[in-house]
Amino acid sequence: MQQPQSQISVQSLNAFFRSTRALKDVNVQVLPRSVLAVIGPSGCGKSTFLRCLNRMHELIPGATATGQVLIDGQDVYSSNVDPVMVRRRVGMVFQRPNPFPTMSIFDNAAAGLRLNGVRNSYAEQVEKSLRQSALWDEVKDRLHAAATSLSGGQQQRLCIARALAVEPEVLLMDEPASALDPIATARIEELIRELRERYTIVIVTHNMQQAARVSDWTAFFYMGELVECAPTEKIFTNPKEQRTEDYVTGKFG
Amino acid sequence: MKGYGRRRFVNMAMTAFCGAAVLIALVPLVSVFWLLLAKGFAGLSWSLFTSLPTPVGEPGGGVGNAILGTLFLVGLACVFGLPIGIGTGLFLAERGNGPIGDAVRFVTEVLSGVPSIVIGVVAYGLVVVPMHRFSALAGAVALALLMIPTLARATEEMVRLVPSHLREAALALGVPQWKTSLRVVLRTALSGIVTAILLSVSRAAGETAPLLFTSLNNQYWNFRPDQPTASLTVQIFNYAISPYEDWIQKAWASALVLLLFVSLMNLTSRFLARSRLRGA
Repeated sequence: MQQPQSQISVQSLNAFFRSTRALKDVNVQVLPRSVLAVIGPSGCGKSTFLRCLNRMHELIPGATATGQVLIDGQDVYSSNVDPVMVRRRVGMVFQRPNPFPTMSIFDNAAAGLRLNGVRNSYAEQVEKSLRQSALWDEVKDRLHAAATSLSGGQQQRLCIARALAVEPEVLLMDEPASALDPIATARIEELIRELRERYTIVIVTHNMQQAARVSDWTAFFYMGELVECAPTEKIFTNPKEQRTEDYVTGKFG
Repeated sequence: MKGYGRRRFVNMAMTAFCGAAVLIALVPLVSVFWLLLAKGFAGLSWSLFTSLPTPVGEPGGGVGNAILGTLFLVGLACVFGLPIGIGTGLFLAERGNGPIGDAVRFVTEVLSGVPSIVIGVVAYGLVVVPMHRFSALAGAVALALLMIPTLARATEEMVRLVPSHLREAALALGVPQWKTSLRVVLRTALSGIVTAILLSVSRAAGETAPLLFTSLNNQYWNFRPDQPTASLTVQIFNYAISPYEDWIQKAWASALVLLLFVSLMNLTSRFLARSRLRGA
């Protein structure tokens, strides 16, 4: 099996909502098979940054982006790149679990393959992705039950399986545990640490303890600017910037 | 406490008034069912459903060709009406936020307000005149024109109810926009759209005016779209205005059959709507 190798390099990325500038000249590097946590107060551009990486940002009416996002050295904003193909390489998990309500557990896990026109039996791929998302043992006897019959935490792991089934190189997670209870949150965090072995992960989180627990690197955003990006331990113990220190010690935000 | 007594009196009076209004509103509904059952039940027989109409004076016979004709006309109307109506609704919901969407929405509103006899005239001009003959096709076009605006608006509403996070989930998997619309968004809204389809079918099945000079009538079985076709409504109209007792009896029986068909459609759609709400 081929290991997905990837590196994200963001260069002078600017994002706009009509004339409002939501991201200002952001530069970030993400190493292969590492976890980057993105933290910052509400409205600082964390989610916008994440959505720029797989070109989901531009789906909002009036939203545009400039700059470069290199994934494996290829600029996803280059004019000859199809955003649909970018999204197949860069999977995404959202804040609220959003399995397709009309589909079974199996069909949800297979949705990416089926909707993208892959024709063969999906059983093997579905089992693999459900195992990777640590859901297999809980659902293997009822794969054809409705996805909505699962608990919130299970639904979120199903969404992770759905994203993994199309074999992306990068996984983006937008506050994946903020709608879940502490036990489900702990399972998701454990899962992130396992997935780190195979994927490059960027996770937006409101929860600084979570960032400290799961990530290798942490980026602190404030008012659309990347204030500081450093190894997680350094951000939380010895940040370079005063604003970072104020935020991680709870003085604002 | 003077004010309290007065308020209590007004409250009771208004409650009594609303109750009376409900009873009065139920009178026509109940009397329609009652009258049709009383007058039409005697005319129900196997041959009513299976036989062709007979000439005056000859006993027996039925309206089998008209029942089949109504199903044929409505089915053909669905072939034209469903893709256009549902497609328009999908467009309005997914891309209808600009001036073009507003224009389309305005046009569907106008179209849904056009009297059905006028729709019949339009179908006459569009299909009957160029083909030089009355036909099932012309009737189906008229019925489809009636179905399209209601279907479009109902589909738009149902598709707008689909949460945007499902759309995003599909797009984030690298599914193209058109496939997301058809396979995820429309699929999720489907049970609501089926309800709308059943309602518009039952409405189309009950129309007489647009069929009078489009599909006309036919005394025989017809399976060809380019030939005049019998329909229950036109058959009821012809029988009801005739002076013959046998025909008038058949009109009552046919009306009962039509009412049962339409009620069945409506009840099914209500049932689907309710089970959908429970499922969500």
